[in-house]
Amino acid sequence: MNIIFQVQESEQVIRGMIEGELDTFTAPQLKEELEAMELAEGVYVEIDLSKLNYMDSTGLGVFVGFYKRAKREQASVKLVGLSSRLRRLFEITGLSDLMEIENEKRVELSNEGI
Amino acid sequence: MNELQKQYTKILADYIEEQTERNLYIGQNFIRQLLQKNIAPEEVIHIHKSAVEEIIDDFPISLRHAYDFLIEVMVHYGLALSEHKSLLQQQEEMQLELQVATNIQNMILKSHVPKIDGVDVGMISVPARKMSGDYVHFIDDKNRYIGIAVADVVGKGIPAALCMSMVKYGMDSLDYSESEPERVLEVINRIVEKSVDDSMFVSMFYGRYDVETSTFAYGSAGHEPALHYKAASQTYEELVAKGLLLGILPDGNYEQHEVQLQQNDLVIMMTDGVTEIRTNLEMDAMAIITSIISEHKHERAQQIVDEVFKQLEKMQNFELSDDFTLVILKKN
Repeated sequence: MNIIFQVQESEQVIRGMIEGELDTFTAPQLKEELEAMELAEGVYVEIDLSKLNYMDSTGLGVFVGFYKRAKREQASVKLVGLSSRLRRLFEITGLSDLMEIENEKRVELSNEGI
Repeated sequence: MNELQKQYTKILADYIEEQTERNLYIGQNFIRQLLQKNIAPEEVIHIHKSAVEEIIDDFPISLRHAYDFLIEVMVHYGLALSEHKSLLQQQEEMQLELQVATNIQNMILKSHVPKIDGVDVGMISVPARKMSGDYVHFIDDKNRYIGIAVADVVGKGIPAALCMSMVKYGMDSLDYSESEPERVLEVINRIVEKSVDDSMFVSMFYGRYDVETSTFAYGSAGHEPALHYKAASQTYEELVAKGLLLGILPDGNYEQHEVQLQQNDLVIMMTDGVTEIRTNLEMDAMAIITSIISEHKHERAQQIVDEVFKQLEKMQNFELSDDFTLVILKKN
């Protein structure tokens, strides 16, 4: 069981991709990496979960913590590429009303307009 | 010290004279004595140096310096060693305290399944590790209402256990007049929100069964929906109620719904340790659970929950990856 987190940063946009399984054993690692991410007002973070094979409630905790920090620092977070299972998890927990989530990974944005 | 010095000099002289196993053995025994007396490593070298000086007549000055050097550097070695020892001791103490804390937690969080005419309740809660993040709380007025809370703290270990205690005392402080599900969830949310760190939260399902009217009112704070098994149609329906996890926002709005129970109907409440089971088979956990329940629906509630646990545990090769909690309410 392990997890890989890759990040691409440009000025105001951070894109992350999480691969693997997110559970009690791997959550601390992701938490640390997200905590190390520098956020500031106006920064937009998009995290792609399409290659996340498994997530339990500990993983959810990592995202909630990150979302709260982003909100405090006036950055915005969006989770994309959610499988139907993950979507259900966010819906049951009521987090889908709070955080921005999207099923399909959206088409790559061109540089214009960012 | 003088006595030890004399003994050591004798032992060393014997060994220099004749390098036998026996002489070596005597030396090893002597070192054990020094250990018991807590003699530091640098002192042992000092003893050795003095002994060598006494035994060998033309002890060169350069070797003397070399020994002094070794004594100096071993001072640090000795310090590190004693630090290591005291850490080990501290660790032992902490483990002991943790064990005591676990016992206390188990004692205060112990739930007693209520007994009321007209309804049969069964419960099983098994922690995956020492301290459980799952909690079941019953509110029982011994007469008309039974309140059942099934909660799951995200995060494990001691912080989760402390959080659980908060939920428990929050529940204890409620009186029956406040036992409407939406109210219960609101109150507990306020308690948890104030005192919990960012990545920690609680999911909770709360249901209240009214024995007189046979209605089951429920609300959910981000918890796995309960299932309603209808005996008449032999079908399962999810009891969905919208509501955010406890501990995220100060003001939570929780929906409350009601369902009418008929004879032999079941309400099945669980934590995600039940639904998130990882088996080798690519099967839907919910389908497995409902098929086990259907097979045993005629038994008493306690027997049904025990059976579900037994079979799921077998499927996971007797290894729980998460705390497992299942409560079944059966209308007689």
